[in-house]
Amino acid sequence: MKPFDYVRPATVTEAVAAGAHPGAVYLAAGTNLLDLMKGNISRPDRLVDVTHLEGLDGIERLADGSLRIGALVSNADLAHDAGFARSYPAVAEALLSGASAQLRNAATVGGNLLQRTRCAYFYDTASRCNKRDAGSGCDARDGENRGHAVLGWSENCIATHPSDFCVPLVALDAIVEIEGSNGRREIALEALHRLPGDAPERESALEPGDLIVAVRLPPVASGFAAHARYLKVRERTSYAFAMVSAAAALRIESGKIAEARLALGGVAAKPWRARAAEDVLKGVAPTADAFQEAAWRALTDAKPSGDNAFKIELARRIVVRALTLATAVTPARLPALPASPFASTSGAIHA
Amino acid sequence: MPELNLTSAPAHLRHGSNIGQPLTRRDGVLKVTGQATYAADNHPPGMLFAVMAVAGISRGRVVSLDVAAAKRHRGVVDVMTPDHKPELAIDPEIKTNPFVFRMEVLQSHEVRYANQPIAVVIAETLEAATEGAALLAPRYETLPALVGLDAGESFVPPVVGVGNPSEHHHGDVDAGLASAEKQIDAIYETPPQYHNAMEPHAIVAAWDGDRLQIDMPTQGLRLSLARIAELFGIAHDKIHIRSPFLGGGFGSKGFLAGPQTLGIMAAKLVGKPVKLVLRREQMYGPVGHRAPTRQRLRIGADGEGRLTALDHHARTVSSTFDDFYEPAADASHTLYAAPAIRTSHDAVRVNTGTPLFMRAPGEATGSIALESAIDEMAWACGMDPLAFRLKNYAEREPISGKPFSSKALRACYEQGAARFGWAKRSLQPRQMRDDAGLLVGWGMGTATFPALMFQAEARAVLRRDGSGAMEIGAHDMGQGAWTALAQIAADELGLDIDRVAFNAGSSDLPDAGIAGGSAHTATAGAAIHSAGAAVIAKLADLATGDDRSPLFGAGNAGVIARAGRLIRRDDESRSESYPEILARAGVTEVEARGTGAPNPAAMEEYAMHAHGAVFAEVKVDPELGQVRVSRMVGAFAAGRIVNPRMVQSQLFGGMIWGLSFALHEEAVTDRRSGRIMNANLGEYHVPVNADVPPLDVITVEEHDPHVNALGIKGVGEIGITGSAGAVANAVWHATGVRVRRFPIKIEELLTQR
Ligand SMILES: Cc1cc2nc3c(=O)[nH]c(=O)nc-3n(C[C@H](O)[C@H](O)[C@H](O)COP(=O)(O)OP(=O)(O)OC[C@H]3O[C@@H](n4cnc5c(N)ncnc54)[C@H](O)[C@@H]3O)c2cc1C
Ligand code: SF4
Repeated sequence: MKPFDYVRPATVTEAVAAGAHPGAVYLAAGTNLLDLMKGNISRPDRLVDVTHLEGLDGIERLADGSLRIGALVSNADLAHDAGFARSYPAVAEALLSGASAQLRNAATVGGNLLQRTRCAYFYDTASRCNKRDAGSGCDARDGENRGHAVLGWSENCIATHPSDFCVPLVALDAIVEIEGSNGRREIALEALHRLPGDAPERESALEPGDLIVAVRLPPVASGFAAHARYLKVRERTSYAFAMVSAAAALRIESGKIAEARLALGGVAAKPWRARAAEDVLKGVAPTADAFQEAAWRALTDAKPSGDNAFKIELARRIVVRALTLATAVTPARLPALPASPFASTSGAIHA
Repeated sequence: MPELNLTSAPAHLRHGSNIGQPLTRRDGVLKVTGQATYAADNHPPGMLFAVMAVAGISRGRVVSLDVAAAKRHRGVVDVMTPDHKPELAIDPEIKTNPFVFRMEVLQSHEVRYANQPIAVVIAETLEAATEGAALLAPRYETLPALVGLDAGESFVPPVVGVGNPSEHHHGDVDAGLASAEKQIDAIYETPPQYHNAMEPHAIVAAWDGDRLQIDMPTQGLRLSLARIAELFGIAHDKIHIRSPFLGGGFGSKGFLAGPQTLGIMAAKLVGKPVKLVLRREQMYGPVGHRAPTRQRLRIGADGEGRLTALDHHARTVSSTFDDFYEPAADASHTLYAAPAIRTSHDAVRVNTGTPLFMRAPGEATGSIALESAIDEMAWACGMDPLAFRLKNYAEREPISGKPFSSKALRACYEQGAARFGWAKRSLQPRQMRDDAGLLVGWGMGTATFPALMFQAEARAVLRRDGSGAMEIGAHDMGQGAWTALAQIAADELGLDIDRVAFNAGSSDLPDAGIAGGSAHTATAGAAIHSAGAAVIAKLADLATGDDRSPLFGAGNAGVIARAGRLIRRDDESRSESYPEILARAGVTEVEARGTGAPNPAAMEEYAMHAHGAVFAEVKVDPELGQVRVSRMVGAFAAGRIVNPRMVQSQLFGGMIWGLSFALHEEAVTDRRSGRIMNANLGEYHVPVNADVPPLDVITVEEHDPHVNALGIKGVGEIGITGSAGAVANAVWHATGVRVRRFPIKIEELLTQR
């Protein structure tokens, strides 16, 4: 491993000052970052350990009904917070469908948002990758790419963002609170991740030194609790990234969809909000036909980036299923196999 | 010292009640409390760390390495390269016997496959050595890589597997196919797979003058020792290898490979002990793998569903510089009674590390194709897959015509089917759903694996204090040799297991051969059996020849050794304890050796195989294509069961591996560079807990008087065979979609709604 400085700031202000240095990166639980460092994909000069900062590990309900989640709350603690899971069941389900119990215990909210792509060529330093090494080329483009993006990709990069957590968050209009060199600001989660365009090395809207301090769910987000699900198709029952996933959240009033939220995971370089699909669902009855229509709308712009045309059809089917599941009342308890197509079957006691 | 190799009834009997007991692993507590010392846990004083730099291309030459930059890095002690390394006593390219595989130990700048070692950095810390390796920044002259099953001209290899002929004919296949009323002609593909033992390959090597101390997990202590001796030009007795525990081997730790040799070279170069441990991705190259295959099966059957011909051809790959050919088609030799069978292989050379034995080599790969094809054939004949298999049950080994030494496969079918509830299966696919609307499918496969024996030796001791010892350089890869072999030893010595010091896992003990081919318990067990008989015979001589002993004169009648006493066979009231006999004779201990070996006469006469039947239920989401196995039952007949708990674990493990073969495992190879793109345990999928359903293993009673004195057949590998096909067939039965390319992927099942 490349030698690096390790600093452990005491306050957010100190952290931001330390993090603004060229070559500095924030270290949260390190479940992604340390792997990248061991593989020589990331070679930072300085690690700014944020795990000891105070006040970033709380979950608080604000006066206006928003929920504020500190950036250091662990994925597991958040998912297992009973109040949280009741209000935002699709988010809890998404969290519990990610990684493994051990990783979820460590991984943080901020780290989850900013985890890097799982594109194999990004991880393989013997391959060319525009994201890792700007301008070097993209070996995934004509390579083994059945898992790559079908939406929002460019010739320069076809990678996907792998987070499950982000998918329902983006559907629920989550807001990211950022502390930077010029003070605090906030942006919509939807604006956090960038599509590759001609600069895939620029993955987010963050500037050097920007520290995510919290994620906020707006007051209306809990209004979907009765009809919200996350569905994730993967190549084994647990401990695998999504081939394609979807978060669906509905407000159903008098048999009609008053408001729909839909986002897709595993299809693009960012969690993919499907607004066109949401629009066609507004005000209609939750029927199979309506869901089919929504699925077509959600994938109108999709095109394969390689051997992955099937992901488009799979995504449509997942949208239909996720909406169908959301229409049925959210289960009182999270299934033993969260977000799995096998969630409703018995016999599994853990994932 | 007399040597006994018992194949017929011995004069003296040993009675014990250790064999057959479901003892828990005797090393289990050590392992779960972290006290079991694996090779990489050793830290001799002054030890340095070695890290390999490996090739980023799969064909070409290394034209430069920035050795100076690596050496400048703090803590780096030396950098071993083709231009700076200790010389070996022989050229590593020379194959001194067919089981010596070529290895890359910096003998040239040529790159023959991705992840080939190209330099070794030795440093005071692991971190410094790791960074030193990164700083080497190799530059290459790159040639187009040979990748995949169509990489070049194919050829017929001279032999496949361990030396089987690459083609086999029996009867007239063309006539059999021509006369068939029903035929199938199908092509199946299996991907490259890597052993991925939990414990990476590791070595701690320490030279002391011309003596060499090594800690290294190995499945073949003496084989490795002999290879090290010839590579370094030192006498066998100067080398000591310890390998008390392996965190899995699966065939990849059978032979000494390049990385371990580099560890020894590095220690020599710097004159200090050196530890070298492979990183996970470095295990995808120099330490073997299962080669990919493309298999064509043509099968014919008559109007009654009786096979008329079976033609199994397998294409595989080997490396550009050595030969190992996955003997996939040979899986069709033994199971189904076709009057005409042809098996054949061809191969292409690709830029890969040489493929090697991987748990059930050939058998697993061939089995998934054969069992799928048999299922397809049953469907073509409109028959239930079990009825079809029973109709074509082989009473003699089809390819050779020999009788089986024992074959309880019919009982396996019966007991497995009954436990599973197979009779309720619908013939048509895509008929069954569960309450949640998921498609349900049932499939089966027949399991088989040869009952092999190698050579081994053991040394037995009985002591005046009433204890005994059994020594054998056997290997515990996790399968439970420390327990099962000790159980055999206790019975053979007529002692309680607690009174026997069982000693294994070290090269200074008698040679136990190689732990592979599912033959270790049988082979080492036979040696222990012989050594035990020999030492009891010596003890009996002391007693029966001494007129002060109550056993005097019992030589002809014989004695029984039981619970630390010798007992007259024809008069159980006359007996004497081991200590009494030894004390009177004035000796502190008696000692004897014995060997275990295959019996050529029996092998000439009989076909020897373990068998089994595996039944699987899968659930498939009808729209989304995700598959999950929900139930598996395996019934296996494998001769004598030494320890039912260990055996069950082996069979569980095999069945899970079969499930993995059908649904998960694949080394994704970049079609241009030949690099493995998922060389890590996050993306190289094997089943996790949530993928593994309740498993049910039945061991079917089977007595085999011919395989070896103890009647043991192996259980290490058979569990994969049959299981992989059973899962694949269940997926077809659930969906009506026949996937012939493994592992079965979601996109293949999205075709129907
Ligand atoms: C084997 C494996 C399987 C996995 N499977 C899944 C899965 O199925 N689904 C899924 O969603 N995820 C999965 N993950 C990813 C996992 O969720 C992430 O690794 C984890 O969430 C990262 O959190 P962390 O706290 O460890 O972040 P770190 O690794 O510490 O950091 C990740 C990145 O975020 C930056 N960062 C961290 N915190 C902040 C902050 N507050 N402000 C600014 N920047 C910050 C770091 O600088 C770094 O670049 C898997 C990971 C592994 C290793
Ligand atoms: S898809 Fe993106 S991350 Fe992957 S190799 Fe191409 S540029 Fe790199």
